[in-house]
Amino acid sequence: MHLMYFTEQPMSTYDAKEGLKYGATALTFSNKHFDPVQGSRLYNEYIEQYKLCEAVGIDGIMLNEHHNAPFCMQAKTNVCASILAAVTDKIKIVLLGNPLPLAENPIRLAEELAMIDMISKGRLVSGFVRGGGQEQLSAGVNPAYNRERFIEAHDLIVKAWTQPGPFRWEGTHYQHRVVNPWAVPLQKPYPRVWIPGVISKETVIWAAEQRYPYIALNTSIDDTKKIWALYDETAEKVGYKPGPENRGYLARVHVQESEQQAIDNAREFTWMQGEFTGLAHPVWANPAGYFSPSGRRQFVEFAVGRSKNPRGAMTFEEQLASGMIMAGTPKQVLPRLRHLLEQTRPGILSIWAQDGKVSHEASKNCIRLLGTEVFPEIRKWAKELKLDSPFEADAPVSIAYSKDIKGKAKSKKKAVAAE
Amino acid sequence: MTTAPIWSDQTIEIAGTKIHLTRAGKGAPLLVLHHDFGTPDRTEFYDTLAATHDVIVPHYAGWGKSQRPEWMRSVRDVAVMNQAILAELGAGKATLIGLGFGGWIAAEMATMAPTAAPKVVLVGPMGIKPNEGYILDQAIISYIDYPAAAFHDQRGFTKVYGDVTTDQLEAWDVAREMCFRIAWKPYMYSQTLPHLLASMKTPTLVVWGEHDKIVPPSTANQWKKALPNGKLEIVKGSGHAVDLEQPAELAKLVNAFVNAK
Repeated sequence: MHLMYFTEQPMSTYDAKEGLKYGATALTFSNKHFDPVQGSRLYNEYIEQYKLCEAVGIDGIMLNEHHNAPFCMQAKTNVCASILAAVTDKIKIVLLGNPLPLAENPIRLAEELAMIDMISKGRLVSGFVRGGGQEQLSAGVNPAYNRERFIEAHDLIVKAWTQPGPFRWEGTHYQHRVVNPWAVPLQKPYPRVWIPGVISKETVIWAAEQRYPYIALNTSIDDTKKIWALYDETAEKVGYKPGPENRGYLARVHVQESEQQAIDNAREFTWMQGEFTGLAHPVWANPAGYFSPSGRRQFVEFAVGRSKNPRGAMTFEEQLASGMIMAGTPKQVLPRLRHLLEQTRPGILSIWAQDGKVSHEASKNCIRLLGTEVFPEIRKWAKELKLDSPFEADAPVSIAYSKDIKGKAKSKKKAVAAE
Repeated sequence: MTTAPIWSDQTIEIAGTKIHLTRAGKGAPLLVLHHDFGTPDRTEFYDTLAATHDVIVPHYAGWGKSQRPEWMRSVRDVAVMNQAILAELGAGKATLIGLGFGGWIAAEMATMAPTAAPKVVLVGPMGIKPNEGYILDQAIISYIDYPAAAFHDQRGFTKVYGDVTTDQLEAWDVAREMCFRIAWKPYMYSQTLPHLLASMKTPTLVVWGEHDKIVPPSTANQWKKALPNGKLEIVKGSGHAVDLEQPAELAKLVNAFVNAK
């Protein structure tokens, strides 16, 4: 079991009233509400929290990246990863991940990631994402080619990592005269790639075809099982049998010594009216072409207010009751986590431990309790339930490096987006 | 108009892509190039033109009932395909009537084939960068809000689209995606077209809705200046979609211009 810590790094000091008055807290909500004095304090607190994660024996730090919104302060995940590469020693740096389609030059990402891998002495896990819909708009990147760019940038980066340069790349979205980066990853054949996601079937299928672990981001137990069914079905077609080493899960869990304190803090998971990516118009979150065409009809009805959000919106109490948010003392959350492990059988578990305005002290206390009281118990259970991480299972980095399948599967590398 | 024209649908293959078009009337051919948000099957404007002309209204590749070419990357590609449509129909000398986004396509067609169209009408055309303001960006506004912004008087929008159906919403999303696929950046204009217009000697009528909220009306003067043989008409009380909001007025201007010797 690989156990990691995650925070969105919320920029929690903006005036919430201003967001409500404007009607949005994403994309066009003015950055005049971003206070760099508070920003400086928060960045440094987050780094201190990450260092504490290592001190209490947590296996990994999960990082991400978002733009134009207070819900996440990381505008460049590689910046945070670079800092952690230098200020930590043992803990894995898990990027979930770099939004590939936003890159105009994926080789630059390949270089940055190789540097992080070398500086961290091989502790990088280099996840990749499509980026949110709003990110396509803030970066000015065409949402209609998002998936094509994702796949092509991935293929280019992997080639740059695994084949000696120089070579030329003449793709659909990327053309490079000379690919020959003088920075290559320390880990061979290349750093592990994990793919996080919420809903896109196409992404689940693609991850399974690559044999990359898929990290379900706080999906319900039922939805998670559906994701694994699709992953397993795809894996079978490709020619391997997936296990816990192919499955990750992100759970929202906040612990304190006092149950009441934990619940009060956990309520911050629903800050910004529960819209953790910020209040926004649906067409920002799903610009035309970004979304799977199979969901077009349902989406347009939602976008004009004729139907409810297909992803639903539960109250805090409902989320507590259903286990989508777990809060309490370590002893209180453990049985819930046991249930989650038994039901979803992940080899990678990430704990999203707090959000919103939870204080630095409370955040650190939560991390301490996770590291010393929650995770040791989970490690025991993981052994009992045979929930091996990709590291413990010594899983191949990708389909192309699998030793347990014959030729046909490896030639399946040309996985194309379903749409 | 005494009798309503009879419209017939047709599918032709252009550049490996099935293109839907509708056609009615007799007389000199007019090719109508629709808005970025597509077109209703029939409009009063089309009917009026068809009383005296052979009116051809294709759905651009990827829009409406036409197939999407995955490879298409630019508005100029649409213009090239439209030239091929005219050739296929034996209507190479059609007058071009470009509506909004279609105005950009018409201008591309006329600049690439200067001896083809005898005349060109551009109604609130996109295609060149406004000196004042911006072309309204549909990427950050919702489905109904965008076509509604093409009308000065919202009653006009209701008259054309009524209670917008889900099919219509889907068609707008498809149209929007196509706009992104071929005109995302720079959004809805070409940096080279203004220079090419200097050699477009075709007699051109530029029409602008006085209250256009999609392409700033002051852009009309840029077109007037760029076109060697252009004249400008402003339609009072109309928004961007003059063809849908003031069809009779636009048809009158078009007929007068097209029929003039």
